[in-house]
Amino acid sequence: MQAFILSIRSEFYKSRKTLALWSAVILPVVICSLVCFGYFSNSAKLVNTPAMVQWLRYMGSVMGVMGILLLPMFVIFTTYSVNNLEHRSEMWKSLFSLPLNKWSIYSSKYFFTVILHIICLALFASMILATGNLLGTLKPELKFQEYSVSTLAYRLHLKLFLSSLGIISIQFLLSLIWSDFLKPMGLGFIGTIMGLIAANTGWKYAYTIPYAHPALALQLNSTKGKVPSVDLFTKEIGVSLAVAVIAYILGYFIVARRSVK
Amino acid sequence: MQEMIISTDALSYKYGKQLILDAVSLEVPKGSIYGFLGPNGAGKTTTIKILLSLLLSSKKNVFLFGKELSANRTEILSKIGSLVEQPAIYGHLSGRENLRNRALLLKVSKERVEEILSLVGLAEAGGKKAGKYSLGMKQRLGIGLALLGDPELLILDEPTNGLDPNGIIEIRLLLRKLALELGKTVFVSSHLLSEVERTATHVGIINKGRLLFQGSIEALHAINKPVINIHVDDLSGAAGVLLKEGIATDVLSDNLVLPYTSHVQMGSVNTLLVQNGFTVYSIANSRKDLEHVFLNITNN
Repeated sequence: MQAFILSIRSEFYKSRKTLALWSAVILPVVICSLVCFGYFSNSAKLVNTPAMVQWLRYMGSVMGVMGILLLPMFVIFTTYSVNNLEHRSEMWKSLFSLPLNKWSIYSSKYFFTVILHIICLALFASMILATGNLLGTLKPELKFQEYSVSTLAYRLHLKLFLSSLGIISIQFLLSLIWSDFLKPMGLGFIGTIMGLIAANTGWKYAYTIPYAHPALALQLNSTKGKVPSVDLFTKEIGVSLAVAVIAYILGYFIVARRSVK
Repeated sequence: MQEMIISTDALSYKYGKQLILDAVSLEVPKGSIYGFLGPNGAGKTTTIKILLSLLLSSKKNVFLFGKELSANRTEILSKIGSLVEQPAIYGHLSGRENLRNRALLLKVSKERVEEILSLVGLAEAGGKKAGKYSLGMKQRLGIGLALLGDPELLILDEPTNGLDPNGIIEIRLLLRKLALELGKTVFVSSHLLSEVERTATHVGIINKGRLLFQGSIEALHAINKPVINIHVDDLSGAAGVLLKEGIATDVLSDNLVLPYTSHVQMGSVNTLLVQNGFTVYSIANSRKDLEHVFLNITNN
């Protein structure tokens, strides 16, 4: 366990000057600020919307961009960046000759990637709420302060996180196998498009495609006039977690083999 | 009996059907600089990878610090510093940050990082991005990383590869200092006999996966005896004169070759030839190259 913690600390140390770490912070701040500015400058057109719907629309504007398109791209980018650090100078070999448990070294890298996504999604949820409340203060006529969606926002982002674990693990695996960006990016992009089509056309078995999971996770059960409910443990989340576990274990064997070539 | 830091018992390794190592029994004494010599593809790196537990031997026949490797991996690796093939360095971090990152993993203090930077001559360049280092600086940083945990055993795979003469001399001095002053055991691979002769106290020669020779540098010198090369205007005439004096010679690529015993002997051979009217273009003593040593050893 100590080796794992040391390795995680080392991951943060190594990555503090890389875009992989900073994009997890920059992305939510930039997107939420842009949407917030959009609402601020177009507030006159939005004043007649009821408070709850206003929040849902606001959250939807951010999550529509982020959850469906940017999240898979972010996953592809971070998994590549995290692994590329080691590929560039054949570092795996050097890491595995240290007096640390091999599983700890590999797992720290995987969990560091997962932590980056937790940071990113938690910041998204927090930034949506913060910028929404800021809008409520600056433009009280938008009625943001008349309603709170914090539970919904965090639950939805938690579900989005769980639904993205499958693609995080697959992309992590692809970035372990190939040291270049094009192959994992190409396959990830094809997967994302397939996932989007499957989710949007309502294909019965869309839940079997990991790349469809974020889009499926954002499909809410809503009844008119009521706050939509977020059912956390749906079929696609189960598949996402199963894929994550399998890809995580497979990744270890790929790394262990790579270190000796 | 001398304590062995590394010992392998008839270590063999196959990659697919190809036999890479064939019954290699290494004996590396404590405090020695062990030069592991062999041409490219001889099995040096494979051996090193097995010693570092990156490749696994199918039998329990690899012992470091008197303990079997697979059962004591972490404990053994905590006493080893290594540099395999090229130095593994994060180019986006400075030399100092590379060392600090490793220090974090090895639970080593920041003061030790500064000590190492000075030891490998990178104190001034410590803040520069390692990606912008010259090859020699990268190599020194790689050695610094290997030394960071104050290991008892240093395993270096061709550390002078790609270095300029100055860099080679620096590494050579550093290795000597580590073994003679700091009491470390250094296991260093090379394909250059001359390089190993200058630094090592013990030598192992490997070719095609087989350990052909192992022993002290003196024992190697006993096999690889120096010779005198004479470039002279009349090869056969000079050979005849020397033979009359009871000195047998060989002819090798326009040179007369005879065993070297001392500088006095070399001078008297020269005088003899000059007095008999021969023009001696050059006369020098040298050792045979690695290929001839291999031949000598295999013939023996």
